Amino acid sequence: MCLLVTVFAAITASILWYTHAENDKYLFKVLTAIYWGASLMWLVDAIFEYAELKAAFFQQAPADLLNDTILGLCAVALGLVAWLVVLLIKDPKKVFKKQ
Amino acid sequence: MACFIVPAVEAVVVTATAIALKKREMKLEAPAHTAHSALEEKQKKYTWSRYLTWLAALLWGGVLLLAFEHVWHGEVVPWYPFLTAMSDPVDKAEMFREMATVGVSMAVMVTAVWGAVVAVVSTKVKKAAKTAAAKGE
Repeated sequence: MCLLVTVFAAITASILWYTHAENDKYLFKVLTAIYWGASLMWLVDAIFEYAELKAAFFQQAPADLLNDTILGLCAVALGLVAWLVVLLIKDPKKVFKKQ
Repeated sequence: MACFIVPAVEAVVVTATAIALKKREMKLEAPAHTAHSALEEKQKKYTWSRYLTWLAALLWGGVLLLAFEHVWHGEVVPWYPFLTAMSDPVDKAEMFREMATVGVSMAVMVTAVWGAVVAVVSTKVKKAAKTAAAKGE
């Protein structure tokens, strides 16, 4: 579930980046890279887990699924915070310089 | 257990290389080499330092979220030795095995995807240059 949540976040960020590609003043490329990087790494983790557990990989207990989903949502929130920090530091709209 | 350390090491190396390349490219960029056309400008945009910055962003993003996952599962703690597996020799061996398998595979996967993206982008830029040359731009 954590992988799935992050992949959806990566796709959403990619759409945002593509729609603003000519003038990416909100640095959506950073957000896209954060989520795709994590998605690829969790995909590898999932492949190794599947190789070990086989069919049991898809039969998780509801409590584990819920925990994994909350982890995925928290990871997405952390990604947003990291992107915001980069955005404020780089300040592409020069908001802080104008003040 | 600590698989994210392998991509983290790669991220450090890639970031350092990207910074060094960027400095070198800026030194090489003499006034005589300034771009004259929109195409030249576009070609100048896609330098190796830029490509490496993409890889660094992918790696750092993944490392950040994976490190958070390890904190969530109690595998990384904010006190020495930071990795809970380090306190037990059996867990330590398992951690190194995981780094060698999962960690290396993560680094390879991210690098391979980045390589594919770079190949597509550079092919498109070269194609645009050929088309422009044929048109006499």
